[in-house]
Amino acid sequence: MTTYRFTLDAAAVEVDVPGMRRLLDVLREDLALTGTKEGCGEGECGACTVLLDGLAVVSCLVPICQVDGAVVATVEGLAQGGRALDPLQTAFLETGAAQCGICTPGMLMAARAYLDAGGGQDEDAIRDAIAGNLCRCTGYTKIVEAIARAAGGPR
Amino acid sequence: MPDLTTRIEPPGAVVIEPGAIVPGRARGAPPLRREGPDKLTGAAKYADDLVFPGAWFGATIRSTDARATFVALELDPAFDWSSVVVVTAADIPGENIVSSIKSDQPILVPIAGEIRHHAEPLALIAAPDRATLRAARHAVRVRTERLAPVFDPLASDHVFAAYELAAGDPDAAIATADLVLEGEYRVGHAEQLYIENNAMIAVPADDGGVTVHGSLQCPYYVHAALKRGLAMDDAQARVVQAETGGGFGGKEDYPSVIALHAALLAGKAGRPVRMIYERHEDITATTKRHPAIVRHRTGVTRDGRLVAQDIEIVMDGGAYCTLTPVVLSRGAIHAGGPYRCPNVRIRARATRTNTPPNGAFRGFGAPQVEFAAETHLNRVAEALGMSPFEIRRRNVYLPGDTTPTGQVLRDSVAAEEVLERAAEAGEFEHLRARHGAARARRAGSGTVPGSPLRTDRERTASGVGLALGWHGAGFTGSGEVKLASTASLELTAEGDIRILTAATEMGQGTRTVFPQLVAEALDVPFEAVEVAPQDTAFVPDSGPTVASRTTMVVGGLLMKAARRLRAGVEMTTGGTFAATYRDFARVNGALRVDQRFEPYPGVGFDDATYRGDAYPAFGWAACVATVDVDLDTGEVHVRDVVAADDIGRVIHPVLAEGQVEGGTLQAVGYATIEEIKLIDGRYLNDRLATYIIPTALDAPRITTILVEAPFSGAPHGAKGVGELPMDVGAPAVVAAIADATGVWITDLPASPERILAALAGVPAVAPLRPGASGSETTAASGSAGGGR
Repeated sequence: MTTYRFTLDAAAVEVDVPGMRRLLDVLREDLALTGTKEGCGEGECGACTVLLDGLAVVSCLVPICQVDGAVVATVEGLAQGGRALDPLQTAFLETGAAQCGICTPGMLMAARAYLDAGGGQDEDAIRDAIAGNLCRCTGYTKIVEAIARAAGGPR
Repeated sequence: MPDLTTRIEPPGAVVIEPGAIVPGRARGAPPLRREGPDKLTGAAKYADDLVFPGAWFGATIRSTDARATFVALELDPAFDWSSVVVVTAADIPGENIVSSIKSDQPILVPIAGEIRHHAEPLALIAAPDRATLRAARHAVRVRTERLAPVFDPLASDHVFAAYELAAGDPDAAIATADLVLEGEYRVGHAEQLYIENNAMIAVPADDGGVTVHGSLQCPYYVHAALKRGLAMDDAQARVVQAETGGGFGGKEDYPSVIALHAALLAGKAGRPVRMIYERHEDITATTKRHPAIVRHRTGVTRDGRLVAQDIEIVMDGGAYCTLTPVVLSRGAIHAGGPYRCPNVRIRARATRTNTPPNGAFRGFGAPQVEFAAETHLNRVAEALGMSPFEIRRRNVYLPGDTTPTGQVLRDSVAAEEVLERAAEAGEFEHLRARHGAARARRAGSGTVPGSPLRTDRERTASGVGLALGWHGAGFTGSGEVKLASTASLELTAEGDIRILTAATEMGQGTRTVFPQLVAEALDVPFEAVEVAPQDTAFVPDSGPTVASRTTMVVGGLLMKAARRLRAGVEMTTGGTFAATYRDFARVNGALRVDQRFEPYPGVGFDDATYRGDAYPAFGWAACVATVDVDLDTGEVHVRDVVAADDIGRVIHPVLAEGQVEGGTLQAVGYATIEEIKLIDGRYLNDRLATYIIPTALDAPRITTILVEAPFSGAPHGAKGVGELPMDVGAPAVVAAIADATGVWITDLPASPERILAALAGVPAVAPLRPGASGSETTAASGSAGGGR
């Protein structure tokens, strides 16, 4: 066991776990943040996507030792400033971009990374940004629409 | 033959453009998804998110043989077995049967019993932590004696089900037809690939019962399975649906198996047990779409009128019956496509093989046969030199026509409308003419040996394809009558309005559409109507959440219940329901209406003769796909899809579009990239790294046109939507590939390998089918470790 310290959704956290424990398990089991989902455990589906120092990563392939001192953002911390939903989440809700919802947290985080990097409303660019996140329900149409809407609206 | 003198006039379908708000459907904009905020913030609890203190972890010991006698389960004496629990068939208190259509599938194969497929459950282990569980699994040895497996569904002599539909005299009609075309079409296994794996947690109760919380479509299927396998009564077995991350049929029957396993372990361990499948186990062990071989022999007149259809269907059921008879039945009924034809013979059978059981997957037998029917019709059109649009227009079902089961299509028949709408919006004829010119220009200038297509200048060929389909809404034949579903609506003593059904939310929108329908019928705000959790302790059996029946059938029951509740309150109070229901509850207490299914008026089916109204209504769909084919690599990019779907009255346009878009992309995946290969009855690509589904970059731009031809038998006029779009996408894509390249792909998926082989004019390398053996599989069977 080793102690790892990092910033999680704007709060300082500390965990005592083996260094190769998956970030996904630390979030879900050690910190009880179950918003981040596991779909395949091998980095293919993107359901476990979180932001690590602002970059979208699949938390099932990130050992906790690589997170020491980093800033991690999860779906639980998306809405800021006392709002129930942030504009990206609102856009997903209004366009019907979430169906079963299991890919949604990871999809939102990939979209957040895209928007934070200055991504705009270009459809091809949006599709490229979420190409690592599988959705089996929507056909992606409304997800692309939601991200474009969020990219165009007030931040 | 349809009686033309009594032909019913078309109902005048209304076409809804995406995003349009139609007067009379719902007041104002449709409500937002009820559980949307929870899903968007991570608050929604899926099975693996649920915490049960002290819960153990469960695992399944599975067969590595396709067929064998289970000789012994050997436990390594060096391992401390007191630290875990092991369950075998001997521990099953009830019948060792997974309750389904037939009683042929064991919960666990008993010692001396026959193992019938790879990955079949043999024993179960639960341990307090994952490390101990892993160690225990490695300390178990399974001893078997191999038996000769059967992998070829054509060679199998065990028939799960067979149907024959006939009208007229197809042999005589074919003998005199102007043109006769034969064709054979093959489709393989496909995985539902919900992003949430199967998951079930069993919690033992003090009364000897068990509560299971899980990812599932059909609470009462699981309930029935628990009662039978565990010898429990109605109250002892309790099933609670957790938030469910997609189903698509894949969580229709297999959750019964996992629930039984988890409950057996929990009972023996005396504590909660979690059975959370990883992706590899989920793909390896759970049900797939039935592979099918479909043969067509079609006779037409010179001007493109169908005079005879002779169709043979063979489906591979896998090792156990599960839902195969009803999958096959739906396949047989839909096999001819939505076309009038006076002389029809459809022979269908499903056989047993030593592969994992096949089950439900969106479309349920129809996508397989409609791929064959539509591709074949496109080839007939090509042979006649006729447009694919025109041949459909000349044969498409109109009101008053008769289907192969003798069903007269009375109302809600919008096949022609969806065909015309899709062809127009997709610019089908215009694009087809352009591609034809491009094909002619390329012809003979090729640089690929044996192919007339590739030139130095044009690496990419574009094509457009059209398909038309139909999908019977609800259970087949007398299925709904036998189900006799009940949906309930309650005005509580506290003045709350609560919907009670077993219909599950798995992304399609049940939890939003139901309160929308009830709110409209009671004339109260959407927010005033609650939906009770899908928990068998509280909700009635409103049937399974399958077969595109939820909005149409269960939603219809709720509409009727709401009308009765409203009348009951208004009769007492003399005021409107909305103004008086709270007072009513305070004075009179709770009022509950249980609405039982009543047969749709004028709809009847005879199971013995297989004649009559196979479905109360059909949905109709047309699809126009445009593709680019890379003539060097054989890769297909599906660029645009226009989907026109008649789903009856649209209740919630955003959710309905979502169903069409999602189903369309699944069909595109089925057409182009999704394939399961087998070796010795084992799925070879059993991970998400090797079973490929479309990403956002693979997905076409999808334009949805919702057409409304209301179904008069339902109080809200709605038909099903979930499965319909799955039926037409694949044949449209394959037709587009043919338009681009001039070659027809008759085996799905239209992989680059198959396309290149077809372009080169040579047969594709035979796919690794269940029967594959010998030289085709030599390289891989070494790694499979079979060595047989």
